[in-house]
Amino acid sequence: MTLLKRIIPCLDVNKGRVVKGVKYVDHVDAGDPVEVAKRYDAQEADEITFLDITASHEGRGILLDIVGRTAESVFMPLCVGGGVSSLQDIRDLLNAGADKVSIMTAAIKNPDLIDEAAAKIGSANLVVAIDAKQVSEPGESPRWNVFTHGGRNETGIDAVDWAAQVAERGAGEILLTSMDRDGTKSGYDLSMLRAVADRISIPVIASGGGGSAADLATALEDGPEGGHCQAALAASIFHFKETTVGDVKLELLAAGIPVRPPTNET
Amino acid sequence: MAREKSPKIALVDYGAGNLRSVAKALERSNLTPVVTSDPSVVHSADGVLLPGVGAFRDAAQALEAAGLSNAIRDVTTNGRPYLGICFGLQLLFDEGTEHGITPGLGQLAGRVTRFPDKDENGDPLLVPHIGWNEVVYEGDHPMIQALPERDIYYFVHSYRPEPTDESIIAGCANYGGSFAAAVAKDNVFAIQFHPEKSQAAGKRLLDAYRVWLQES
Repeated sequence: MTLLKRIIPCLDVNKGRVVKGVKYVDHVDAGDPVEVAKRYDAQEADEITFLDITASHEGRGILLDIVGRTAESVFMPLCVGGGVSSLQDIRDLLNAGADKVSIMTAAIKNPDLIDEAAAKIGSANLVVAIDAKQVSEPGESPRWNVFTHGGRNETGIDAVDWAAQVAERGAGEILLTSMDRDGTKSGYDLSMLRAVADRISIPVIASGGGGSAADLATALEDGPEGGHCQAALAASIFHFKETTVGDVKLELLAAGIPVRPPTNET
Repeated sequence: MAREKSPKIALVDYGAGNLRSVAKALERSNLTPVVTSDPSVVHSADGVLLPGVGAFRDAAQALEAAGLSNAIRDVTTNGRPYLGICFGLQLLFDEGTEHGITPGLGQLAGRVTRFPDKDENGDPLLVPHIGWNEVVYEGDHPMIQALPERDIYYFVHSYRPEPTDESIIAGCANYGGSFAAAVAKDNVFAIQFHPEKSQAAGKRLLDAYRVWLQES
């Protein structure tokens, strides 16, 4: 056996609650983060990710509390991101119980933060999140640019070039979200995933658009039509109990994707 | 030791990050974590667990600065059952190569080196090695007697040990080729993966540690 591909439920956290929106708007309440995390631990998710979308000062304290209580309640890896702006923020989250911390806007404003964080906490614990939208015209070869602030701010930076740069600077992993697909359950942006995954030599987590086990399988596939990613993030399909992580994994195994088989032991 | 007693584990705190996950995982396996940076507590506990995250150089310096390097040397030379996790494994070796050469504790012969950029077939290897991978155990260490022959655990690391003496390898995983995911020598058992993050498989490993403690 070699390294298995990962299924990662993602919890968007706002003011202490899990929420889920379509293209970053119209948020619907999806429960208490610690309880939702415990449910995914029982379903043998391979990791969970919290993305704090509050990003306000008082929201920070709430988030650290949630991270601490989650780390005490589940025996699985926890990645936390959203509004992380400094090395101190990264340390605070790791000290609260996060295993990996994800940075996004701060890395664009100050790319040296990536080098600094990688040196201090180790690359393996540092994720750089990239939100990207397709900007090429129909008929042109596809291009994607990096956006921030929930898609409102276009940086003008090419997403594939940025991914290569953050990998070079010491990021351990890239969380790549298609803003065009996020919350739509219409499938991942496979050409974007491939373009990034084929360019760099660190793992890529597919995000944005996963609506079914078949979508996750395609994002993780290494063949010419696949997304070439090492992990797939999904929210909507799990939060509203449409399916479980275990059932998705059984479908992935049937499709030939190497994932950790459900054991129903936890 | 009475079977119903929950053994006390010195969970060594050298400022290398959060110990809460490891402490909770120990409690789940009916072990009592005592978070400490006091060498006398390390010496008197039923077992010693050295965890670790971060970078080799920072971890080695933090252990030395906390005045704990010699305590760990003593315990791993001739002490109670020692469980090393991640840096608790890596720091036992002669040296690490992350951000330049940094000396380790020199308790096990060998170096800690980065995974290569290519796998054994010459294809690109993604580094870090992040995720779930299978460990196949070998040998007759007491821990291995209490574990399944193979189990799947969570890894997150870019560097791994290359023991000079291959007889200390107690478990292998495959990433771009076989590597030492567990090493064992007398009262030392050390692993590259994270039992505190490995759900039921992690609990099996810490349960095995409790059994080993009770029988030692």
